Amino acid sequence: MSVFLSLAKRFPSLIILLLLFMPAAVSAFQDSHPVAEDVVLEEREFDASAVILHHVMDDHIWHLWDHGGTIYLPVIVYSAEKGLAVFSSHNFYDEHHNTVEYRGYKLDHNHIYMVETGKAVLDLSITKNVAMLLINATVLLLVLAAVGRGYKKNKGKAPSGIQSFFEPVIVFVRDEIVKPNIGRHYEKYMPYLLTLFFFIMFGNLLGLLPGAANLTGNIAVTLTLAVLTFIITNVKGNRGYWSHIFWTPGVPLPLRIVILPVEIIGMFTKPFSLTIRLFVAITAGHIVLLSLISLAFILKSIGVGVISSLVVVFINLIEILVAVIQAYVFTLFSALYIGMATAEAEHH
Amino acid sequence: MELLTPGTGLIIWQTFVFVLLVFLLAKVAWKPILSALKERETSIQESLDTAEKARQEIAVLKADNENLLKQAREERDKMLRDARDASNRMKEEAQLAAKKSAEKIIEDARIAIGIEKQAALKEIKIQVANFSLEIAEKLLRENLSNDKAQKELVQRYITDLKVN
Repeated sequence: MSVFLSLAKRFPSLIILLLLFMPAAVSAFQDSHPVAEDVVLEEREFDASAVILHHVMDDHIWHLWDHGGTIYLPVIVYSAEKGLAVFSSHNFYDEHHNTVEYRGYKLDHNHIYMVETGKAVLDLSITKNVAMLLINATVLLLVLAAVGRGYKKNKGKAPSGIQSFFEPVIVFVRDEIVKPNIGRHYEKYMPYLLTLFFFIMFGNLLGLLPGAANLTGNIAVTLTLAVLTFIITNVKGNRGYWSHIFWTPGVPLPLRIVILPVEIIGMFTKPFSLTIRLFVAITAGHIVLLSLISLAFILKSIGVGVISSLVVVFINLIEILVAVIQAYVFTLFSALYIGMATAEAEHH
Repeated sequence: MELLTPGTGLIIWQTFVFVLLVFLLAKVAWKPILSALKERETSIQESLDTAEKARQEIAVLKADNENLLKQAREERDKMLRDARDASNRMKEEAQLAAKKSAEKIIEDARIAIGIEKQAALKEIKIQVANFSLEIAEKLLRENLSNDKAQKELVQRYITDLKVN
């Protein structure tokens, strides 16, 4: 981010372009005077893979730019032996940005262990992704509450302002995703699926902002969302759904026994595919962007930098598209799975 | 690999925040938005239905009006025809009555004339008789002065009387 700032001073118009199109990846820029970005970046040699992995993964600090651009997030840990502890993650770093032990805890590769026993503790810290999650939730609440207020204000009138912007999206989710896949009883799944769609879309888009965390490209986040869909699918699954799994109708008896494990595996491949698809799509996008930016630093060439920046702008536009498509796909498949499990008995 | 292992803390936070978000958004956004959308859609559908119904009603009314107009026209024609017929009939009747009364007047006149004529004739006859008597008296007075003339006269009378 240091380059970002120094460039911004020199070329103010550039900052607007960068702000619009540059992803969090900008933080990966290295100036002519390489500085320690993190523990992994202590050495002067530019390590692209470390920078990229550092960006796409969770962290206890939020590194925006060097020389004071680091936000030390709160650490919340719980262990049976020592109970709950809350302190700043600053305590884990000394002035040279090396990890140190604090209150009997030590930080090792983003995991917190107890010094004496070496056991991992339950880490409920507000990490970079948790902070991003809270930001995402706040933005969602503020924006969508404003939309909701619009409907109260313009009751019986044509939509206006932010309302007109979101209404087609909401109607699209309802009429193109939820209704055709779930059918008659679609209404009770609307809050979940709409929240899912907007959470993923906002998360994806916010993740593309400079300095932002890779929230929806984190496997824990995608896994949680997929598991929620899995729970809803199986809780709401009707007799038809379960009979298809355990005693597939219309199949010869010996085959039913063969099909049974396949069907059971099938139950779990659905959330698995949901988890992996979103995680891979978003993380891969970030990695591609960061790799292109890193090219300039690996080859130490301004020419490459210019070309790769242009490519990055292009890829970023694609990423905006991917952000929306992935939200659509995740919601579509969730609706499809719920629809399949709750379908009215039809014999085929 | 670290990238592929989901962190427990983040899972807990994500579950908590997301579930909370579903409920909060359902309350502040989805419920008002979806109900407003539904309301608007039903109101649009209703408006369309009403418009269609009104259109049909207007068509029915128009047909009714045309029927009424047709009926009225027919009725008017009938009334005109009736009136014309009645007036014709009355005219004819009046003519007939006039003719009759005229004939009667003529007849009466004729009868009266006849009676008057008879009376006049009778009068004339009387008058003529009187005049004859007067003339005869005068003649007698003149002519009876000689016997010859008297005889002639009596003779003539007698012949005349025979003829009568």
